[in-house]
Amino acid sequence: MKFLHDLLQKQKPMFEKGGKFEKLHYLFEANETFLFSPASTTKNKGVQIKDAIDLKRMMMTVVIAMIPCLIFGIFNVGYQHNIATGGATTFLSLDNFLFGARWVLPIVLASYVAGGLIEVVFAIIRKHPINEGFLVTGMLIPLIVPPTIPLWQVALATVFGVMVGKEIFGGTGMNVLNVAMTARAFLYFAYPSQISGAVWTQLADATPVDGYTGATALSIAYDTSTAGSGSVVSALGDFFSLNNMFMGFIPGSIGETSTLMALLGALILVLTGVGSWKIIVSVFGGAFIMGAIFNAVGLNGFMDLPAHYHLVMGGLAFGAVFMATDPVSAAQTETGKWIYGLLIGMFTVLIRVVNPAYPEGIMLAVLFMNVFAPLIDYYVVQANKKRRLARATV
Amino acid sequence: MSKIIKLKKGFDINLAGKAEKKISSSAHPDTFAIKPSDFIGMKRPKLLVNEGDNVKAGTPILTDKMQENVMYCSPVSGEIVEVKRGAKRKLLEIKILADKTIEFESFKTYSLSDINGLSRADAQAQMLKGGVWPNIIQRPYGIVANESDTPKAIHISTFDTHPLAANLAFTLQGAEEAFKSGISILKKFTDGKIHLNHDLNAEVASVFSNIDGVEHNKFSGPHPAGNVGVQIHHLDPINKGDIVWTLTPYAVAQIGKLFLQGKYDASRIIAVAGSEVKAPQYYKTYVGSAINKFVENNLNSDHVRFISGNVLTGERIEKDGYLGFYSNMLTVIPEGDHADFLGWIMPKKNVLSYHRAWGLFSFLNGKNKEYVLDTNTNGEDRAFVQTGVFEKVVPMDIYPTYLVKAIMSEDFDNMEALGIYEIIEEDLALCEFVDVSKHDIQHMVREGIELMQNG
Repeated sequence: MKFLHDLLQKQKPMFEKGGKFEKLHYLFEANETFLFSPASTTKNKGVQIKDAIDLKRMMMTVVIAMIPCLIFGIFNVGYQHNIATGGATTFLSLDNFLFGARWVLPIVLASYVAGGLIEVVFAIIRKHPINEGFLVTGMLIPLIVPPTIPLWQVALATVFGVMVGKEIFGGTGMNVLNVAMTARAFLYFAYPSQISGAVWTQLADATPVDGYTGATALSIAYDTSTAGSGSVVSALGDFFSLNNMFMGFIPGSIGETSTLMALLGALILVLTGVGSWKIIVSVFGGAFIMGAIFNAVGLNGFMDLPAHYHLVMGGLAFGAVFMATDPVSAAQTETGKWIYGLLIGMFTVLIRVVNPAYPEGIMLAVLFMNVFAPLIDYYVVQANKKRRLARATV
Repeated sequence: MSKIIKLKKGFDINLAGKAEKKISSSAHPDTFAIKPSDFIGMKRPKLLVNEGDNVKAGTPILTDKMQENVMYCSPVSGEIVEVKRGAKRKLLEIKILADKTIEFESFKTYSLSDINGLSRADAQAQMLKGGVWPNIIQRPYGIVANESDTPKAIHISTFDTHPLAANLAFTLQGAEEAFKSGISILKKFTDGKIHLNHDLNAEVASVFSNIDGVEHNKFSGPHPAGNVGVQIHHLDPINKGDIVWTLTPYAVAQIGKLFLQGKYDASRIIAVAGSEVKAPQYYKTYVGSAINKFVENNLNSDHVRFISGNVLTGERIEKDGYLGFYSNMLTVIPEGDHADFLGWIMPKKNVLSYHRAWGLFSFLNGKNKEYVLDTNTNGEDRAFVQTGVFEKVVPMDIYPTYLVKAIMSEDFDNMEALGIYEIIEEDLALCEFVDVSKHDIQHMVREGIELMQNG
């Protein structure tokens, strides 16, 4: 590897100030630090040794935690295709994987290319290093869109998310909203027909079997309760059984269907200390509490749905583990994290059950609480200041 | 009431190369230096000697025009061989070539019982003149104490939890009486209490335990439990308008000697430690000693960094450099200017991280594993992203992230409200170590303190 290192060092002057490609300095820097961890040493005064962690490694840990969801999603896209078109119905088959990969990988690629391009352009214009944060965003976006989404929409949404969600605020670390959720919200409001209705199964021109509706658990629950007859649980039937929804053998966004895989990701995040367990636990807790409150009210079928069903339906688990825990847009104080997560969970179920327009609540709940996170922190910090002041007068 | 306080937050950095508890007499440095930059808050240093002058131990060399009664004295007797200046004639170093046997300026001596009857004014006059005053540090701000202040309390931490830190009781051997009389002197300066803060998990050395009329508090927990700032926060926190003084045990003993023996005794036992030192141990020398004699033929490798002080709060010095005025240790660790292929993702052995994202399997190393860390930054400067980590390494009711952000935006009200009076650099040093985004937290803290000082 010394050869590669020497080669890079030889090219370096061209990218320094005054060099031929001065403008591309940060692009070069990004590649250089990607290949070789920098040789920089600590300053003369202050800490002389530094912790082994850096932002790249932290972000990569999140990407690694998403891999179970991605792989499961790839299988599931193939599996759902086969179910809808009357093909073989074993989950773990090469056939499923190849079919899924054929549709999922282009989406991943589209997201990374489009977002990466924006990152590089902004880094060059704004003269700052290229942000590692995009490693995570680029993987999150493909996992929260339906497998049938047109690639240009993925690219456009990513561009919107990165630019409006992050770069105009000053880049990674400065954004108010979760970037991936911003991209998802953009799709939802700009191209509603491609992200709602019967889009959750990639049929790929095959004819669906009789009785295929393309419905999701949430839309069934909603329809049942507006129709006003029968329990939601029985309407969900065997296909949307608690077990199937927990495992994720249901149609939905590519990476969101499996609660189990999201929990596996949560395990990685919590064990490595990268994601806040307080947020994850409190989102689930909040959703359960709200579900239980609705059970007590019990005005319609959806309200009567047992509270624990909410935990495995829709994107709640994925959102709790990967979206709510985004350290930049979440509450930053430890007390604040409890409140923040709890409210995300409660709002998610509230939107699901009460709001007629949006079948899924986690997206709006996370974005909503992103906006409120600074306010929560403000009061937590204010309490600290008050303790200090109270002490002074004694 | 003496208190026992158990702290949980913090992080112990267990480095290789701890100093063995023996004092070598093999190395005799011949030059010593006073560096005005060691005295934080010194605005306009004024030189009192010229090159070629002969001085005794205790002869004033330097003073601050803002506080002209405080004398900064020569630690040894000998000749001023060089006055080193930098850009704009900034005073950098005053070097003294030491005599073979040290001669002392003589000050008035007192017996133990005389000391009790001494007035504050008389004691203060001798301390200002006798070179021991700069060891009294005032909080807030962490600067040399103002002689006209009466502090609400005086705090002395008797143990140091920094990585590889010298054992303070060990470096004070034979100074029992001096320490005792130092405390008696200090009692004249405050109407409040004197706190001696001990390590709960170790036997308190007799030099500290035999002191009456003070509070004996005990602290346990990982670093920074030994930081006096953390201790003050839990015993008697500093509020707006409060003045508190802090001293090291060494400084207390030095004050004692000034009155008992009538001399400015700058002799000091220092630790020479770190993974690159062949024989890490203690040496007897004087304040501001040249380090070349300690490292000659005593290094494991050539490409090293010499640090005056410890690895968290110290300052890099050259091989022909000098220890700082307040440093009781020299640390030598490997220089880390190496580039690693895909170093940010490759699994590595023997790395130390507070974050489990690196150290997930570090429990396999066991608690007593000693690490060899170099000076590599392990990453570049980034915006704040990770949250909640600073709070876990600062055992105080303070939000370091918010405080640092208040400093960055020069928000005076918030700096004050968030507790800037309670901290100095060393209290947030661990934040700088664990920071994923690699900010210079300690530098920022000092900038914030200077803003508060100068309004």
